[in-house]
Amino acid sequence: MAVINLNVNGKKQAVDVDPATPLLWVLREHLRLVGTKYGCGIGQCGACTIHVNGTAVRSCSLPVSAAQNREITTIEGLSESGEHPVQKAWLEHDVAQCGYCQTGQIMSAAALLRTNSNPTDAQIDTAMSGNICRCGTYLRIRDAIKTAAKQK
Amino acid sequence: MTIVKSTISRRSFLKASVLAGGGMVLSFSWLAGCKPSAEEALVLPKEWFELNNYIKIGENGVVTLMSPNPEFGSNVKTSMPMIVAEELDVDWKNVIVEQADFFPERFDRQFTGGSQGIRQGWKPLRTAGATARQMLKEAAAQTWKIPVDEITTDNGILYHKQSGKQAGYGEMANLAGTLPVPENAPLKEVKDFKIIRTSRKNVDGKNIVTGKPMFGLDFKKEGMLIATVAHAPFGMRVKSVDDSAARSMPGIKDVFVIKTLLDDYERNGFDTNSFNELVVVAGNTSWEVLNAKKALKIEWENAPDTIHIVQGWQGSQKVTVPGGLESTQGHQLRMEEMSKKKGDILRRDGDPEGAFKKAVKVLERTYNAPYLAHNCMEPINCYAHVTSESAELYGPIQAPEFIMRTLVARLGLPKEKIQINLARMGGGFGQRAYGHHMVEAAVISQKLNTPVKMFYSREEDMTNGIYRPTYTATYKAGLDENNNVIAFHVKGGGIPEHSVHANRFPAGAIDNYLAEGWSLNSNISIGAFRAPRSNFIAGAEQSFLDELAELAGKDPIAFRLELLDRAKNNPVGTTNDYDPDRYAGVLKLVREKSKWTETTGKNRGVAAYFCHNTYVAEVLDLELQDNKPVVTNVVAAVDCGIVINPDAASNMGEGGIVDGIGNAFYGEMTFKDGVPEKNNFHQYRMIRQMEAPRAVEVHFVQNDFDPTGLGEPLFPPVFAVVANALYKATGKRFYNQPFGKELEKEIRLM
Repeated sequence: MAVINLNVNGKKQAVDVDPATPLLWVLREHLRLVGTKYGCGIGQCGACTIHVNGTAVRSCSLPVSAAQNREITTIEGLSESGEHPVQKAWLEHDVAQCGYCQTGQIMSAAALLRTNSNPTDAQIDTAMSGNICRCGTYLRIRDAIKTAAKQK
Repeated sequence: MTIVKSTISRRSFLKASVLAGGGMVLSFSWLAGCKPSAEEALVLPKEWFELNNYIKIGENGVVTLMSPNPEFGSNVKTSMPMIVAEELDVDWKNVIVEQADFFPERFDRQFTGGSQGIRQGWKPLRTAGATARQMLKEAAAQTWKIPVDEITTDNGILYHKQSGKQAGYGEMANLAGTLPVPENAPLKEVKDFKIIRTSRKNVDGKNIVTGKPMFGLDFKKEGMLIATVAHAPFGMRVKSVDDSAARSMPGIKDVFVIKTLLDDYERNGFDTNSFNELVVVAGNTSWEVLNAKKALKIEWENAPDTIHIVQGWQGSQKVTVPGGLESTQGHQLRMEEMSKKKGDILRRDGDPEGAFKKAVKVLERTYNAPYLAHNCMEPINCYAHVTSESAELYGPIQAPEFIMRTLVARLGLPKEKIQINLARMGGGFGQRAYGHHMVEAAVISQKLNTPVKMFYSREEDMTNGIYRPTYTATYKAGLDENNNVIAFHVKGGGIPEHSVHANRFPAGAIDNYLAEGWSLNSNISIGAFRAPRSNFIAGAEQSFLDELAELAGKDPIAFRLELLDRAKNNPVGTTNDYDPDRYAGVLKLVREKSKWTETTGKNRGVAAYFCHNTYVAEVLDLELQDNKPVVTNVVAAVDCGIVINPDAASNMGEGGIVDGIGNAFYGEMTFKDGVPEKNNFHQYRMIRQMEAPRAVEVHFVQNDFDPTGLGEPLFPPVFAVVANALYKATGKRFYNQPFGKELEKEIRLM
């Protein structure tokens, strides 16, 4: 166990955990930020996507020790009230079915739009293909990203 | 938001209210955690008045509607309350939707599955709304001392036009709740619908996009432990567990082996569980238990044949689950052997053998499909707190009613003392119709005497069974000199169920028809999977009909319409379970919307299927780009009667199509010596954004038939439209799923 200093959603806090613990579980169980989801644990499904210094990262595969002193943003920090353009676009297109993967999808989309304000279909496909949705909402995700891009 | 405190426990209070026949003032404290459906937060009332099990109205006119069914993504939590709101005649903006707990004394059918939620909820939900509206009118009539027939309602307001009197529902709710429940309250005319047939956003949309805790896995109770489990390969059981390393790891509280069901327990059909014996690791956090599980040294041994006593429609029967280590290769050999033998005759019309002898052309083709793993994005989990007095469970479950009896028997508690609360499910598709995980969580909590959240790792979830069965079917048809179908034979089997719906199209359209089925036993557990069986049959049958149309020299849509015409005008047999007109209707609509007759130069397939009470036809276009299939467009035509929530219905349709494309190209679980050969998404390929179709259109036939469901019916025909479009793209017919694998082979040969 070790004390790890984290900066999550602009809030500095310390957790006392095994430094090898994936950030995912620290967020969910120590900090109670459960919008970041467990889906596969091996960085294959994207349900656990967060931003580390603005880049999309699979938190299930990032040891908490590697997250020290970096800016971590979770879905709760993107906008708690759903005011981020990507969240608003998701609501406008009523994207979700079961909803489980959607926070990860939104985090991937928000990271894409940070670096590319007007992505092509091919760029959306590449950026979003790390996030699995069994419900099959990919078309609405694509449309919502285009809507969010226009709002930015 | 207003928080109204109550000292009365929810369950007992609601029960008291039921016993008192409704009409009591309800003060709910838990509503503080519940979000209104409107964009702006509604002002919560000081008091709620309950009109019936589905409806509470506050003194300020705000309405709470209970959504009875568990939500797994088909959006029943929005569409079911829409039906109540329609008949209650309230403004949707003033509605708060609340997920009901499992409470069979209050709600008719709290089961989400089989695409039946809307179909079977239609009448009870309408009646609940209409009855409450009638009680409000009655209350106004008594207050104003005028005949009830002179009162009208609109958007939550009662009017007496003659006197100019009006009152909001909130003002009359107190009195209305004390009135007797009327029988035969009038329902609205379909033409007067104001909410139904309009698109309303998902009531949980904002909670989803902001990551609020709503899923079973998000649940936390102070002091609860976390548990995860390990199971044997299929056909094996625990021989020994060396837990010495695991026990000494940080945060670990206990390691033990436990049985989910007792050996002599008489199961019901939904007590499917793959592994009755689990190795449990319990500790403080998920990461700690996952780590400790890896440190277990478990020795498995071959399990003998096991006899399950299962309650069925025909009473109890003994079902033997065979021992032995099964492999995909062995399955395929056994299925090939069985395909050569005669099956059980499921339907016979005319003289099929004689007709085949007369046929000028005969086509015979065999179709195969593998097991499919569910892969819901939320792995299996459940919270349980079991004491000597009571049990409380919270988790993803499609069919709480089916697991209650099991919980009662296993925990030794009366059902009144077992509370099942319904979490939003991170996917279901049939997997969560089986509630074994609830029993697992409960027995773990009981053993540890503490609240526990039990969860499966992804690997555990993917290897735990409840797979879509593996199937095969051989179709054979004979054409006469005029290219009319005069003989048809389908023989379909699978492990562990056959693959034939004998009374579905094209039965009824062909004079000489034979359907046979056979099955093989297995210890690999299977279960419902987004239109079980239909999702194989549609793919096989509709590919076969495509090839048959080509042999007959006919357009594939015209060919199907010709058969449907025959089934309508001069049906063979009396047990055909489809309406030829509605079937033809979706084919005609898809022909129009896809511009079928005007479009050339595209690799385009068509298919149609009727299952789960809904008719669907689809047209799919694909191209090969860099030897990879790209689905450029899909057009679907659907007849599900009245469409409750059109945009959400489209979403469901799009999802079924995308899921179908993914499973058709990539879905496959294989086995080696009892071990599933894929255990996570690096091995099990799921459709991803880059493989999703470029465009999907879902069109609905406009009619006033009572509504039917959409969770499943769009999925089955996809397997055939993909196969039929692939034929256009490659010149090769695709008989074996997953088609992605077949396509790679073809491309290597090309």
